[in-house]
Amino acid sequence: MIFFLILAGLSVAFSLLVVFQRNVVHSAMALVATLFLIAVLFLTLDAVMVGILQILVYAGAIMVLFLFVIMLLNPEVLEGRSVVWWVLGSLAALLLLFEFVPLLTGTAGPVSGPGPADGSFGSPEMLAQSLFSDFVLPFEVASVLLLVAIIGAVVLAKRES
Amino acid sequence: MMIDLGIIAAKALLVLFMVLNLAGILGWIERKGSALIQDRIGANRASIFGFAGMGLVNTLIADPIKLLTKEDFIPPKGDRLLHTLAPCMAFFPPLVTFAVIPFGDVLMLGERAINLQVANLNVGILYIFSMASLSVYGIVIGAWASNNKFSLLGGVRGSAQMISYEIAMGLSVMGILMVYGTLELQEIARAQGELLWSWLPAWGIFFQPVAFLLFFTAAVAETKRIPFDLPEAESELVAGYHVEYSGGKFLMFFAGEFAEIVTASGLITTLFFGGWQVPFLMRDGFHFPWGATLFLPHLAVVLLQVGAFTVKVLFFCWLQILLRWSLPRFRYDQVMRLGWKMLLPLALLNVMATAILIIAW
Repeated sequence: MIFFLILAGLSVAFSLLVVFQRNVVHSAMALVATLFLIAVLFLTLDAVMVGILQILVYAGAIMVLFLFVIMLLNPEVLEGRSVVWWVLGSLAALLLLFEFVPLLTGTAGPVSGPGPADGSFGSPEMLAQSLFSDFVLPFEVASVLLLVAIIGAVVLAKRES
Repeated sequence: MMIDLGIIAAKALLVLFMVLNLAGILGWIERKGSALIQDRIGANRASIFGFAGMGLVNTLIADPIKLLTKEDFIPPKGDRLLHTLAPCMAFFPPLVTFAVIPFGDVLMLGERAINLQVANLNVGILYIFSMASLSVYGIVIGAWASNNKFSLLGGVRGSAQMISYEIAMGLSVMGILMVYGTLELQEIARAQGELLWSWLPAWGIFFQPVAFLLFFTAAVAETKRIPFDLPEAESELVAGYHVEYSGGKFLMFFAGEFAEIVTASGLITTLFFGGWQVPFLMRDGFHFPWGATLFLPHLAVVLLQVGAFTVKVLFFCWLQILLRWSLPRFRYDQVMRLGWKMLLPLALLNVMATAILIIAW
């Protein structure tokens, strides 16, 4: 419990840093730290697979691309905040809050007690089983979506030159 | 409870101790070995009371003292915080990666069975790749925080190179996973103790020779050393991503590179060369294919296995240093072409061929 509180507090602190920092690279690194801490939270919940995938995909791949783009564009100073964006952003945040409050208060407490005792919970075998039997259609659709994105990127790059 | 925790702490400390010290010793091997290869004398100046120990005093005592007491220069227009954090980010991943690499079988101490591996994760290989993907940050952030054209170029090159070769690396391991049917490294090492046609050890190299070549190439590229040293590129970019680093921080980049070599060697050993397996050594002793047996006490068997693992790791460390001092460098476009147009398709083909063979068997 103490461990959870420390982790949760740190991840909230880092995610606040993401938003409130002026330096874009500092924000990106704070986001990496947040994602890493969330992965550790998954580890404490015995969901090793999810935690490792969180690091591999988000902290390790997506954020590297973010940094790559930031470094190539090198935004020296951020543009001043415009009122329109400020209002729109606040509205979106409020909407999200109204979505979340009933969810958090309405559901029953967390299901307590450990998962299946044989340690197979969240194992790659179990994940693969459900991915390739119950969820095979969404899985394939997602891979086609990625393929479309790759081809689109290639087409755009070709047109440039 | 306390004893279990103590055992885990002892294993973690032992592995950290071994990797850090091997990294230091590799620094010595690199300097003396390169001298041997190039017919020079190499480091021989420093000595304690006339004892130079083949340059050991020079590289293991004099060099670190010099580096640690040197002025730590941070570029005035650079980013102080990230400039300091970057070497830590470069040093951290190779050290923690070794946690899932098994360095021996189960050690029985009385009633207690100790698995000679720091963390037995059921997603061992994914853990390794996740840590490898984190090692990009040290370079990118270090390069950016230095506020220097050369280092930024090196950082961009380094991140592109590491992302490209991570893909080939991951796909090349796929064949091994299909053969042994598990992600756990201890299971993979154990499965390699079997015998094929009752005489050939079932090591990964015999099932997946192509995967070994691909993995080895990608692993060398990940360590960013010659022939893949484009992020550093001393002749074009001065020192690439760590051009603005001096003193202890430079030492961390430098030692991190050697720790990466050690970790890569441990991985190659575990995946393709039987890990801690000694050919024909079972739990109770040697069972040779020609029928002879030699029974050994449990402790001797475990020591032999740990010793075999160490010897194999040292061999691959030496091989990587040998490569670094005998091959010319690639050009940057050649590195990219090799990664995307050679290694990646070959790895995909290898996966398909393995799948067909497994189904047809």
